[in-house]
Amino acid sequence: MTLRLQARGLACERDDRWLFEDLDLDIVAGEIVRIEGPNGSGKTTLLKILSGQLADYQGELFWNEAPMHQARDAFLSSLLYLGHAAGVKATLTPLENLAWYQAMAGDPDSEADRLAALEGVGLAGFEDLPTGQLSAGQQRRVALARLELTPRPLWVLDEPFTAIDREGVAELETRLEAHAHDGGAVLVTTHHALRATPVLRHVRLGAGNAHVRH
Amino acid sequence: MWAFIHKLGSPKWFYTISARLLPWFWAAAALLIAVGSIWGLAFAPADYQQGNSFRIIYVHVPAAFLAQSIFVAMAVSGLIFLVWKIKIADMAAAMMAPLGAAMTFIALFSGAVWGVPTWGTWWMWDARLTSMLILLFLYVGVIALRGAFSSRDSASRAASVLAMVGVINIPIIKYSVDWWYTLHQPATFSVTSRPAMPMEMWMPLLIMVLGFYCFFIALTLTRTRSEILRRESTKRWVRELAGEGG
Amino acid sequence: MRMSGTEASVGKAGPATPSHREPRGGLRVALHATFKRDLTLLMRRCGEVFNPLVFFALVITLFPIGISPDPELLSTIAPGLLWVAALLAALLSLDSLFRGDYDDGSLEQLLLSPQPLAALALAKVAVHWLLTGLPLALMAPVLGIMLSLPAGSYLVLALSLALGSASLSLIGAIGAALTVGLSRGGVLLSLLVLPLYIPVLIFGAGAVQAAILGDGITAHLAILGALLAVALMFAPWAIAASLRISING
Repeated sequence: MTLRLQARGLACERDDRWLFEDLDLDIVAGEIVRIEGPNGSGKTTLLKILSGQLADYQGELFWNEAPMHQARDAFLSSLLYLGHAAGVKATLTPLENLAWYQAMAGDPDSEADRLAALEGVGLAGFEDLPTGQLSAGQQRRVALARLELTPRPLWVLDEPFTAIDREGVAELETRLEAHAHDGGAVLVTTHHALRATPVLRHVRLGAGNAHVRH
Repeated sequence: MWAFIHKLGSPKWFYTISARLLPWFWAAAALLIAVGSIWGLAFAPADYQQGNSFRIIYVHVPAAFLAQSIFVAMAVSGLIFLVWKIKIADMAAAMMAPLGAAMTFIALFSGAVWGVPTWGTWWMWDARLTSMLILLFLYVGVIALRGAFSSRDSASRAASVLAMVGVINIPIIKYSVDWWYTLHQPATFSVTSRPAMPMEMWMPLLIMVLGFYCFFIALTLTRTRSEILRRESTKRWVRELAGEGG
Repeated sequence: MRMSGTEASVGKAGPATPSHREPRGGLRVALHATFKRDLTLLMRRCGEVFNPLVFFALVITLFPIGISPDPELLSTIAPGLLWVAALLAALLSLDSLFRGDYDDGSLEQLLLSPQPLAALALAKVAVHWLLTGLPLALMAPVLGIMLSLPAGSYLVLALSLALGSASLSLIGAIGAALTVGLSRGGVLLSLLVLPLYIPVLIFGAGAVQAAILGDGITAHLAILGALLAVALMFAPWAIAASLRISING
């Protein structure tokens, strides 16, 4: 299974302001791409475009060499997106939250998988509490449990480290690297400084132009 | 076809071409409305039933026609904007909405004024007036929705979707209101559905309707042109234009 | 702005991604899960289910106080009052239809599902109808007694409301989807949606009126059914399009 997300000449104009212009991007298996840039530089917008939520851009997107509009279904079933907001219902328990995600992902209903995923993010013992009663960091972990629950090659993560404690951050970083080593790809924005590894690459968004450094 | 659509969608091209058309539409509108109103108000014979008060028809009917047509035009522009992402269509739709609301209001107001000599009251829940009132609410909804978004791009799309939903609903609303009206007030005299009107009466009406349409096109073009300048004020061709002018 | 080194990292990537499972379940599973999740959510917050019902009862109480307690007068205006009050009560709960999902980010996830968004939105609307429209329809006959609604029209009242409120939920969901991104969308939502409700109101209240007069009600109910069919055909797409617009901010 190959994995290649390409953007050619990507540009996004919001209300007559160019967030970025002429951005070329190539994301392949085995790497972590970190999108950097000051607030308002269009990081979240870029992630939304690359994850297929926004159709409002110029340029072209390719998934495994096929134009995105043709490959959309294949792309969506290879994608796991964690947004700025955790996407977790406060009135449901972590288990119920994950059950919905499992069904939406098209995976068979398996409580064992859900319990294992929750244990993997350090939420063993909290499975049946309403998520609203958990701390902000624990709620974020419920969302992160999806990384274990639904194996997908391409991860698009918007600020996944929000509200996570120090050990959690280290674990998550290790998890991202492991995913890259296993042949997955990670696209991430974060204010947190990621530790340097050979698989990490930076893409910088700035005043109207995208710069790439390696 | 494609090239033509995109050429039409280019603000600069539209700006140039509309400058040539604009005087013709304004002239036609002024001429038709002048002829229509003088003919209608001064020379057309008085109605045997309503006397001179029927002359309100020369404002009421064109305004009502236009009010409905503008909503359809707005929805079509919205569709063009959503499908082909042509910004001119959205600018035109944005400019049409207040004009359509104003026309609906004029139709309602003239209907109410007409009601005084005809029904002896300012307001009757007549089928046409009720439909017009609902149309006014639909216009207000589109305008309010457009104004509620902080991002103009989202505002444009939302307003386009709402205009399209509205245009599907307008015939349904119209027929259900007609049905409701006949159920509650059968065989009441309705102001505009009349037996055959003599030629001397409806010719000026036709001229007025045409005049109103020309006025609408001219005004929309003019307003769209200034909207283009406003939205594209950072573009080079607009700066050059401003440089030449000033 | 090509990136150097990407080819090299492909080489390093090693074996084909093992951490990938093709999604198996289909639309049915996703629909069922969404339906169940929304049902659970609403059942846990009973207030959201009961508030429209209490509102309905309250508004109906206002009319005899504001107009007159005369049973004869009330019985003539009862069909319209009941329908208008039920319509407003249904409107009240619309604002929260997508708001929760928008605020906590589940809406993005809904949009990114490989399943068609229109179908998933339809599941949410179905839950809304089941927990708002249907209870209102069941409660209306009780309030009908209080307004001295003539005998023989109670069943028609409940039936027309059950049928009509499904259209109301569908049409209202378009407005809810359009305004979900706005911080104060509530009043605007009513402004957008109420004019579109008028045909349903006309035929819904008309059905009850016809039942009282002893006329045939089949035509009214058939038209209400036709309105529902039209709404079912168009509304899901409009809701999906509106949600995609709202998510753009």
